[in-house]
Amino acid sequence: MPKPEILDPQGQAVAGALSRLGIAGVHDVRQGKHFELDVADDLDDDTLHRIAGDLLANPVIEDWVVTRVARDGVSS
Amino acid sequence: MRIGVVTFPGSLDDRDAARAVRRAGAEAVPLWHADHDLAGVDAVVVPGGFSYGDYLRAGAIASIAPIMREVVDSVARGMPVLGICNGFQILCEAGLLPGALVRNAGLHFVCRDQRLRVESASTAWTCDLTEGEELLVPLKSGEGRYVADAATLERLAGDGRIVFRYLDQNPNGAQADIAGISSADGRVVGLMPHPEHAIDPLTGPSADGLALFTSVLRAAASVA
Repeated sequence: MPKPEILDPQGQAVAGALSRLGIAGVHDVRQGKHFELDVADDLDDDTLHRIAGDLLANPVIEDWVVTRVARDGVSS
Repeated sequence: MRIGVVTFPGSLDDRDAARAVRRAGAEAVPLWHADHDLAGVDAVVVPGGFSYGDYLRAGAIASIAPIMREVVDSVARGMPVLGICNGFQILCEAGLLPGALVRNAGLHFVCRDQRLRVESASTAWTCDLTEGEELLVPLKSGEGRYVADAATLERLAGDGRIVFRYLDQNPNGAQADIAGISSADGRVVGLMPHPEHAIDPLTGPSADGLALFTSVLRAAASVA
């Protein structure tokens, strides 16, 4: 996700579209990215965080979280 | 002097960059993204375009291309590097310059002749220019908004590392009107506008951009 202090014009455009649809109550929209990696069960969390921090996200402008989810969609 | 011009899949401006290098009086050496050596060049230009389709983020994948590992190593030894547009994005992603370039504030791709002010003439790529001088060069980018945290911006301004600022209207919402910055030693410079498209009044809005390429020749001569 773009860091809170980074202007997100794409999110603002979505917020504008929502108000044009007549939807009230949405104060702000931030647009980010979501990656799904199919990994071996024994791939450790440190490696996943390195993948996220070194390549998938740019820490200068983006915050990121890693969530490990089982194939059936249950978090572990 | 031999100046390398890197071509990635999706580079667009490598040919104009090579032409600018030749016009300045140097030999242009083509470098390929998958190469593992710099062919003994004295300086490198990382040109504009959409390297690897700009997938992931602009410049992100190019920043870890084999040729960029070599560029990063050579920068540590003081080799001058100029990043233009996508090249600037690549240098930021590679950690050679601080900050990042993100989507233009207005979301529109901006393509126009842009006036710039030279803020620093003490870099390897601007020593043929004068501080306060104004240049007219094309700007063509959708992700040209320079951002950095407050401490970085303060450091860049305090150390004289803001090299170019946009004049007239800020085209993309860049912080502090920043169009280009340099490394601490002034050997690495990145800018969003395209000096390589402004080396000849026949094909560009001016010949103002040529001075960046002649500068590095002078910088190299003064070191040697």
